[in-house]
Amino acid sequence: MAFEKNFFPRQVVEAGNRWDWALLPLVLAALALAGLGGAGMTKPYHLGDAIPLSLDPFQLPYYLLRTTLRMLLALTFSLLFSFAFATAAARWRAAEKVLVPLLDILQSIPILGFLSITVTGFIALFPGNLFGVECAAIFAIFTSQAWNMAFSLYQSMRTVPNELQEAARVFQLSAWQRFWRLELPFAMPGLLWNMMMSMSGGWFFVVASEAIAVSGQNIKLPGVGSYIAMAIEARNLQAIGWAILGMLIGIVMYDQFLFRPLVAWADKFRFEEGGQEAAPTSWLLTWSRRTERIAALGERFTRALESSFTWFRMSHDGTSIRARPAPPNGTLSRAWDALIAAGALYAVWELYNFVHAEVGFGEVWHVFLLGCATMLRVVVLIALASLVWVPVGVWIGLRPAVSGRLQAVAQFLAAFPANLMFPVFVVLIVHWHLNPDIWLSPLMVFGTQWYLLFNVIAGASSIPSELRFASGNLGLTGWLRWKRFLLPAVFPSFVTGAITASGGSWNASIVSEFVTWGNTTIEARGLGSYIAHYTASGDFRRIALGICVMCVFVMGMNHFVWRRLYRIAEERMHF
Amino acid sequence: MEKHGSPIIQINDVRKSFRAADGRERPVLEGVDFTLREGEIVALLGQSGSGKSTLLRIMAGLIGVDAGNVQYRGQPLYGPARAISMVFQSFALFPWLTVQQNVELGLEARGIGREERAERAEKAISLIGLAGFEGALPRELSGGMRQRVGIARALVTQPDVLLMDEAFSALDVLTGERLRDDILELWTQGGMPTKAVLVVSHNIEEAVMMADRILIFASDPGRVRFQLAIDLPRPRVADSAEVRSLIDEVYALMTAGTVRAGRPGAAEEPEALRLYDRLPDADIARMEGLLELLAGAPFHGEADLPKLAEESELTDDELLPVASAIDLLGLARVQSGDLHLTLLGRRYVDGDHAVRQELFGQQVLENVPLAAHIRHSLEQDPERALPEQPFLRLLQQHLDPAEAERVLKTVIEWGRHGEVFEYDFHAGSIHLPDDQQDEAARNSIIE
Repeated sequence: MAFEKNFFPRQVVEAGNRWDWALLPLVLAALALAGLGGAGMTKPYHLGDAIPLSLDPFQLPYYLLRTTLRMLLALTFSLLFSFAFATAAARWRAAEKVLVPLLDILQSIPILGFLSITVTGFIALFPGNLFGVECAAIFAIFTSQAWNMAFSLYQSMRTVPNELQEAARVFQLSAWQRFWRLELPFAMPGLLWNMMMSMSGGWFFVVASEAIAVSGQNIKLPGVGSYIAMAIEARNLQAIGWAILGMLIGIVMYDQFLFRPLVAWADKFRFEEGGQEAAPTSWLLTWSRRTERIAALGERFTRALESSFTWFRMSHDGTSIRARPAPPNGTLSRAWDALIAAGALYAVWELYNFVHAEVGFGEVWHVFLLGCATMLRVVVLIALASLVWVPVGVWIGLRPAVSGRLQAVAQFLAAFPANLMFPVFVVLIVHWHLNPDIWLSPLMVFGTQWYLLFNVIAGASSIPSELRFASGNLGLTGWLRWKRFLLPAVFPSFVTGAITASGGSWNASIVSEFVTWGNTTIEARGLGSYIAHYTASGDFRRIALGICVMCVFVMGMNHFVWRRLYRIAEERMHF
Repeated sequence: MEKHGSPIIQINDVRKSFRAADGRERPVLEGVDFTLREGEIVALLGQSGSGKSTLLRIMAGLIGVDAGNVQYRGQPLYGPARAISMVFQSFALFPWLTVQQNVELGLEARGIGREERAERAEKAISLIGLAGFEGALPRELSGGMRQRVGIARALVTQPDVLLMDEAFSALDVLTGERLRDDILELWTQGGMPTKAVLVVSHNIEEAVMMADRILIFASDPGRVRFQLAIDLPRPRVADSAEVRSLIDEVYALMTAGTVRAGRPGAAEEPEALRLYDRLPDADIARMEGLLELLAGAPFHGEADLPKLAEESELTDDELLPVASAIDLLGLARVQSGDLHLTLLGRRYVDGDHAVRQELFGQQVLENVPLAAHIRHSLEQDPERALPEQPFLRLLQQHLDPAEAERVLKTVIEWGRHGEVFEYDFHAGSIHLPDDQQDEAARNSIIE
């Protein structure tokens, strides 16, 4: 048969199958859209120019395209950053000592902090072009996505099972081969999960990253975030509604075209054996696996990777002098430790000088009290949210039919920017003359409470069914059932969710303690509003002070509260 | 040994220690000499924790040594060598790679081209009896099939030496025996490229069936205690008189003075346990089960250990600690591979629950210095309760952290069973049983 085919020109014989044809319009559309968005990103632009934006809903698809593209770029950079960070931190002990604490700090810096420091630099990088501002926005999104991905990859790389590591060494895998054959596949499920989380984080801060109002700048890049910001300025409820719809479409598209196929594809990297739940599927992945051309493209990529293995292979084995381990150099590692300590001390000294000279200790005390106010809010609201979502999560988690569908809903809710709720809160607070210090607080956990729900659902659905039968058989009911069975069973996943929710709430305080609707501004006293206030005016000293204090609070809470709870959960309460 | 070929791996006076919690060094291996020669299969036997796995990993180049020499064909071995391949206990297959990709792993790492890789992998796969499964993922295969993939992956690189780390212990008995016989068949027919095989095992029959030479390890610190050459021709028949008597002999060697944490020459002389000595990893239910089995028909208080293993359906590494434990507690005696029920043991088996408990408690206090020390400290304490940490720290000074925790867990289980003391898991504290607490002590109620 192959012989007969030779009579026809190659283009006719290898024209692909019907699945190629079905997928062709999709691929073309994606390419065209990327081109269109990319052209918009690199238009000429001078500082002070007004970028024409309108609240016309017909413009929204284009804005959505721009936002989507920005997020995709930021996600790509986050991924590359994660690779570099995790490899460095997992391979070199010396790098690990610096990088891991650094990531802890970076994680607790709010997005506006990064933006206010970098925006002028990025604009100066591409004079006369919009791309500089785009870069600043992409960087801001990157900072809301990268850290948890990097951390997840690093942790996975540290926990690769020992026997697999030994096998990799016995069979002479080089570092490059080990990364692609062992470490990355092993880390894949966790990394993907964190990518989805990151995406939600990116959407949550979409307004802050696109409508850049820091350091005296006021630039609105075309995008959904700017659209929302404009709608808020114009008190246009209808436009808010359109924005919500647009966001929903954006999130669903990301889910269908990116994450769902990835999750279905990454199912083979699951390490645990014998999962009973059905494997995730994706129509797009199934389609493209049936095509000839796109499948061939994937094959070509795999081959390229495999041929790179030939280039980066071990040149010698364990009998060569080059494999001889260098005797541990105590002096060098002590010198490195000393250098780190000196650096930290120097930073503290600089900080002291800065505070002493620039803002004064009275201001520090004031900011510290504001931090306490925000902390009180975080703690109380997480507690309240737990009271609501733990029972709900357990209820859903014990019903697998419901929990499957609700995961997607929860993911959308986590992505929902707090800004979209501004009108509701402002109108209610102004109308009833409520105290903003109390009534603005719910906004803080608005986006983050879903992580609690997420994790509790996951925890409850992983309770071994034998345990459930046993508790039913023993006739455990009412409070006793919760106290002895359900609460301890979901405790570890609850702690995981609470850690995420608490960290997110601190970050969210900058958009939820400083709320505007048209020209009405309502402010709650707290660290978030302090930072938001001074980023708008570009007072670097006070921004820096606010960020420092927030870092101290977030890291303190992680260290003294969450890490301990986590340890208890790990030691005592697992199956 | 002289009749075998030239040396492949030589180990001279090797010492390996690990750093304990308090920063001091604890030896795992001490003064180990060993030579693996061309044309032989060598089995390493020993209790868990005797360092036989560590020795295997040193030979694989996975672990460095603190002192002594490791050489592969005259060259120093600093890391994993191309000519040394390994089969792992839990298979260590990459679950995201197909059978063929797993087998090709070592070839791919060496930069061998796609066609040659596929050709060689196919040969190895069909050699080991996996033809037709090239495209399967490991999770689709049974345990025995997975280990076949592991063996094919190790053989495809044409290694000089094959190291097998308890390769059959994760498989059920039947599957394990079949795989073992298949490998022996390859070995005797010259189907393997490999010149020498080293097997770490806890299964005495497996060792006798496979090896030309058996090395029996002693623990604390690990070293070679006995060597035994086996000259039986292959294929060996498991039920033949020669094999049975060899198995008996190995059992006798393995149990000789085991509990006494044998210092050299300890032989069969009972010797008092030290405070921080390892306790055999034996749980109460198994001890009771074994005692009852020993007392009943057909043994009537006297049994051959291999027969007992067969009857109890315990593997050797499960049976030996239990036998050691009841020997330690004076309920039975281990003598040259046999187990004899003592008078005390007879009373224990015949007694009801209360009698058993009392007897057990008494024997634990008498024979396990650590238990006696815990009890003594508790009686002195006004609270009648103590945290576990001081005892754990004491053990950690002499054992590695995981082993220290295991020993403490064992002593707590034994103490609980004998009502010597009780333990609160959440508080991590040890206390006297409630009804035994001194009533004069006012604050004797402890949560």
